[in-house]
Amino acid sequence: MAPSSQRRSSYSKRAQYNLFTGYIVAGVGALLGAVLLGISFFQPQLFGGPRGAAQDAASPATETVAAARTGSKSLWDSISGYYRAGSKNAELKREMELARIRLEEAEALRQENVRLKGLLGLQEEERKPVAVARLVGSTASSTRRFAYLGAGSEDGVTVGMPVRSPRGVVGRILETGSLSSRVLLLTDSESVLPVRRAGDETVAFAEGRGDSLLRIKLINLGINPLKVGDMFVTSGAGGYYPPGIAVAIVTELTDDGGLARIVSDPAATDYVSVEPIFEPDAATGAETPIETELGD
Amino acid sequence: MERIDPRARSDAYGSRLNRSHSPLLANVVPWLSIMLGSLVPIFFIAAALPMVPPLGFLMLLGWRLVRPGLLPVWAGIPLGIFDDLYNGQPFGFAIFTWSVTLLLIEASEMRLPWRAFWQDWLIAGLLGVLYLFSGWLLSGAPLTSASLAAIVPQLVLTILVFPIISRVVARLDLWRLWRWKRL
Repeated sequence: MAPSSQRRSSYSKRAQYNLFTGYIVAGVGALLGAVLLGISFFQPQLFGGPRGAAQDAASPATETVAAARTGSKSLWDSISGYYRAGSKNAELKREMELARIRLEEAEALRQENVRLKGLLGLQEEERKPVAVARLVGSTASSTRRFAYLGAGSEDGVTVGMPVRSPRGVVGRILETGSLSSRVLLLTDSESVLPVRRAGDETVAFAEGRGDSLLRIKLINLGINPLKVGDMFVTSGAGGYYPPGIAVAIVTELTDDGGLARIVSDPAATDYVSVEPIFEPDAATGAETPIETELGD
Repeated sequence: MERIDPRARSDAYGSRLNRSHSPLLANVVPWLSIMLGSLVPIFFIAAALPMVPPLGFLMLLGWRLVRPGLLPVWAGIPLGIFDDLYNGQPFGFAIFTWSVTLLLIEASEMRLPWRAFWQDWLIAGLLGVLYLFSGWLLSGAPLTSASLAAIVPQLVLTILVFPIISRVVARLDLWRLWRWKRL
């Protein structure tokens, strides 16, 4: 294709000035973008307001698509369920019998727990979710792993609240709009979660790697006690998440811990619940810099 | 004349009798389609990897390369602001990269004034690689080699999808200049 005629500046002074001003404005725009980018590195929440409003504006569309998506997924599940139904059925029956036995054992344990807690005088208050909503979208083209949730500050959602699905932890609220909010998913490379191995007290941090896996970093270094298939649950440290929610399963061992796959895939969940911050005092305490704390 | 050839008085933009272009469509379609491109990736739930190509950026490249001279050089500022509201990168990323992209295309046109499609594709591919790499670099999260490896599928998809995007842009351009019946 021939070069477009607009490139050739004509004899008209006005056309020349227009072209020149365009370049100047574009250059200024690039500078402005760089400055805004620099600011948002140091103050990531600064532009949360406009972003929240923009997300609220898009929420009628995103909510509709999310409803259609979950609907079509369940249809697909029921179709694919017919595939090899016989052998699956036999296998499920076998698993079911085992699960019944385990359930009885768990019931016995629960009763023992109630008894022991009664002896200790511990009170367990019921934890109600703040809101139940769909994950309506995500930043699918960015390196960061954020999801958008169809509930916002009008539903009582505030920054820092844990988000979980029936299977396990999904993430944490990062920004709220009035009708929607932004969730930092576990797989984002800024997400760090204190965890422990289910069954014993091996504590670790689960850090997102940005590529669908979590890195399990053991706090006590020494001989790596992990095995492939170990389940990690939240430890409750840090004050945000209640203890004992499933997080990830180890799939690969490394020198200082392992790589783990998340239990609750946000793409496969229908509804998620936003829960209140587990220990708000501990959470604010963990955020206070040590200097301020010592200053008081 | 029409009895011999019904398309005698028409061209690619439709019949010419009692019809004219819509100034509204002619001006609005490029901008709206790029904004729509920025909006589409949020409808996908990608929890594991960045999966969807940056469609807003690709639409910008498409309009700029398929129809040079239509978008002004400064178009990256308003369109970048809109993209930044939805893209998940730190605010200012798209304003910066989209403005730089348009300036780079201007510079490339000085070097390569005569183009076929494959030169456009090459330029779009290079700019796509640059854009996704700077997206990784300026994401505001700690830089890990794992997250760099995670953008490779998206990168391949971005390069491969550009011909389709330019086809879409060409079709939209035809629709943009369509002659509508005058009332």
